[in-house]
Amino acid sequence: MSSTYLGMPGVPVFGEGNLHASEPFPQAARRELGNAQLRANLGHATHTIRDKRLRVVAELPDWEDLREAGSATKTAVMARLPELLEQFEVNFTAHGGIIHWARDAAEANGIVRDLIRDAGADEVVKVKSMATQEIGLNEYLEEQGIAAFETDLAELIVQLDHDKPSHILVPAIHKNRSQIRDIFLREMADADPDLTDDPARLAEAARRHLRRKFLSAKVAVSGANFALADTGTLAVVESEGNGRMCLTLPETLITVMGVEKLLPSWTDLEVFMQLLPRSSTGERMNPYTSLWTGVTPGDGPQNVHLVLLDNGRSAALADEMGRSALHCIRCSACMNVCPVYERTGGHAYGSTYPGPIGAILSPLLTGITSEENASLPYASSLCGACYDACPVKINIPEILVHLRSEDVESRRGRRKVPGQMDVVMKATSWMMGSGRRMALVEKALPLGKLAAGPDRKIKKLPGIAAGWTRSRDLPAPPVQSFRDWWVREHEDTASKEEA
Amino acid sequence: MKIALFATCIVDAMYPTTARATVAILERLGHDVVFPAGQACCGQMHLNSGYFPEAVPVVRNHVEAFEAAEYDVAVAPSGSCVASVKHQHAMLARSIGDRDLETRATAVGERTYELSSLLTDVLGVDDAAAQLGSWYPYRITYHPSCHGMRLLRLGDRQANLLRTVEGLELEPLPEADQCCGFGGTFSLKNTEVSSAMLADKNANITATGAQLCTGGDASCLMHICGGLSREGSRISTLHFAEILASTREHPAPPPGSLRRPGRRATGIAGKAGQ
Amino acid sequence: MSARTDILERLRSALHDAPEAPKIPRNYRHTSDLTGEELIELLSDRLLDYKAGVSVVDEASVPARVAELLAGASYVVPAGLDERWTAQAPGRVVDSPEEPLSVEELDGVEAVVTGSAAAVAETGTIILDGSPGQGRRTCSLIPDHHVCLVKAEDIAGVLPEAVRRLDVTHPLTWISGPSATSDIELQRVEGVHGPRKLDVIIIRG
Repeated sequence: MSSTYLGMPGVPVFGEGNLHASEPFPQAARRELGNAQLRANLGHATHTIRDKRLRVVAELPDWEDLREAGSATKTAVMARLPELLEQFEVNFTAHGGIIHWARDAAEANGIVRDLIRDAGADEVVKVKSMATQEIGLNEYLEEQGIAAFETDLAELIVQLDHDKPSHILVPAIHKNRSQIRDIFLREMADADPDLTDDPARLAEAARRHLRRKFLSAKVAVSGANFALADTGTLAVVESEGNGRMCLTLPETLITVMGVEKLLPSWTDLEVFMQLLPRSSTGERMNPYTSLWTGVTPGDGPQNVHLVLLDNGRSAALADEMGRSALHCIRCSACMNVCPVYERTGGHAYGSTYPGPIGAILSPLLTGITSEENASLPYASSLCGACYDACPVKINIPEILVHLRSEDVESRRGRRKVPGQMDVVMKATSWMMGSGRRMALVEKALPLGKLAAGPDRKIKKLPGIAAGWTRSRDLPAPPVQSFRDWWVREHEDTASKEEA
Repeated sequence: MKIALFATCIVDAMYPTTARATVAILERLGHDVVFPAGQACCGQMHLNSGYFPEAVPVVRNHVEAFEAAEYDVAVAPSGSCVASVKHQHAMLARSIGDRDLETRATAVGERTYELSSLLTDVLGVDDAAAQLGSWYPYRITYHPSCHGMRLLRLGDRQANLLRTVEGLELEPLPEADQCCGFGGTFSLKNTEVSSAMLADKNANITATGAQLCTGGDASCLMHICGGLSREGSRISTLHFAEILASTREHPAPPPGSLRRPGRRATGIAGKAGQ
Repeated sequence: MSARTDILERLRSALHDAPEAPKIPRNYRHTSDLTGEELIELLSDRLLDYKAGVSVVDEASVPARVAELLAGASYVVPAGLDERWTAQAPGRVVDSPEEPLSVEELDGVEAVVTGSAAAVAETGTIILDGSPGQGRRTCSLIPDHHVCLVKAEDIAGVLPEAVRRLDVTHPLTWISGPSATSDIELQRVEGVHGPRKLDVIIIRG
């Protein structure tokens, strides 16, 4: 629902970077739908993960209680965000960590570059991070002569293939094993020419390829899943051990994190670490979780930095109806259950954040007036599967509808001549705003058969309705509406009774 | 009990037999049905398409129409429209700052039931054959529509009622919980994705070997049927209200003869002796 | 204006409607009522599911079991690990704060034997907190085979129980099985960058 608030003190400052679609969703979706291999890969992968998630979620008798706690905790975090950030800063700094604040993507990229240069490095190892994807850090560092090596297997696949991630948890979900083997053979100088497409062999090839890099890296760049305000602790949740390598081996660790990732206290993690793994990979627990609080002498990096990123988050927070999109813990359960995502894949959404959460988060971060992103809230049949799957109960369908209304209103303001949809909505609003008018219009129902063929099916409609008849027939309307029948029936009864 | 029927715009204009079947079921159970004449539509299409100002008069009309009538509960043969009445109307009113409309919309919403929920939870129907004389001797499958399933949490109510129809064989639908791809204006704005979803839904329906697919929302059934018809499939669709209303004496048309729009309604005899 | 001031100001003004922070309903399970033996059984089951090796032994049998698992491999132990545990296994190197091994040296040993701070039965998780006997984080990471000792009394039933026993300002590593990936067709494969082999020895009290 729309929330037209009055007297807002600040003008929202939107985010930039890899948050924008480059073409409207329907157009991108049409292209991706034509890729049969992609659809087969996605269908297989999303079905696998859905079943796993359902199995492990069903094991917990208190799953709904955990969701309630998670949802309320995130609502509280948003309400107290400035204060919690300050508290976190005090604690992280007290343990020797250094905090940097970045208003937007460009500022964050610049900070990271300077920190890498200060460390005397010209290459970094990276743990999978949505925030650095969002700000386009790798591309920026490359321009600056710094090589960034992705170490998560899927990110490595995508990077080697000069492709873009299509899923926030499994960025190479659109590739199958034989495609991955081909990429390794083509792009990995040290790949065994006899490499098979057995996933275990592919994982081993990645291990060998990255081992030296890990052991010699001076600087690592990571994201963070959680930040605990009461202790100043950061947490990274991962599976392969590439995270542990990056978080503990280099002398310098630079973490880039959106400001919304805070949790008030350490004990809140007991909720989120039950919600996240089961929702994301469908495991009871992910293989590795690392927590660090600033610097620990003699253990791990001795130069520990955190870049706190706004990049549109404050704008999203300003939207009362949309702000709960910031509760997202990036588990990807919503995309795994989404029938639209399953068929189009992540690239169709353009932004770093695909799927249902991306369809709300991207336009909230960039503003709805960004033309291509304005098409994202319509990329849903509002089936509600995402809301059911979300571990922190983000009401994605409701926010989608809210953003649609923002889009309609913003276009209404800009457009001189109303579009076809505007006209239809206005006309039906008039008609359906009264039973009497509706009854009058229904008198014309028999005319509908003029549009139908001898089989009483309408096979071709004009204008915006043409989309329907491209793949579906429409029945010719009946000769009499229910309303009309009811009135006649009860007139008859009334007259019989009188007689 | 006095029950107000909310026919919903699509049933009123396109599938009148579904509303007549709903009336027949309720009258057969001995209840009085009234049809608030002012009703038109729940406004869901406007709301879900983001046209909030256009939705306001539609929602206001619905609230006024149902306030004007005297009844104990209201019922609609649609999960989606009832979800809109129950959840969206008050929220829309709140968003435009109309507290009065919000309160009134909430009151109307609270008294409105989806058909299977009214039959099961309020009217105590758990054996359609015994209590309604329901008879429909065909192999059918059932698609649970998203809004009934997820917004109203109807669970197995519709399927359970269908299972108790005499002669009916209910074939389980693979991936039943997957959306058919209708989604209102989604089917127009993202027609390719919508069609891809529909193709998968219809492949699953076809795989059941059923002669007909039933469900609780005319809009989804229209979508499914539209796709099946285009494919040249012989499988038809029919709202579950029409199956419950079908009896040996007044049977609903068999699967093969559906969906001939404008056909004379059958199987919807009301109170005995009338 | 500094970025810090600017961002905090933006966030404050974004909360123009002064939303209330709700009270957090914590109706989820905080404890479990499993007995000691049941906890051991559940933890073992979960770890086996992750393809970790599990041995449940009494204290006296630990040295033999450790030696058996190492099978003559070179290994490192963090300073502070009870020397009795590794008494029967030759080829031991010690990593201590005073004399830390280099990354190359750690990469040169085949295995690592550590203790642990806590374990969670329900999720099959073992938690290391860097205390003596558990060592710094790289020590339990680089060698390809991790033999981890878990005392039965340190096993919690559910995660909240374990969380309440730990000090989070220590660097914590939660380990649930050997390293793994599901990045290829979402099929889980054990063994990537972290130790490819995890053997857990649960010691009955």
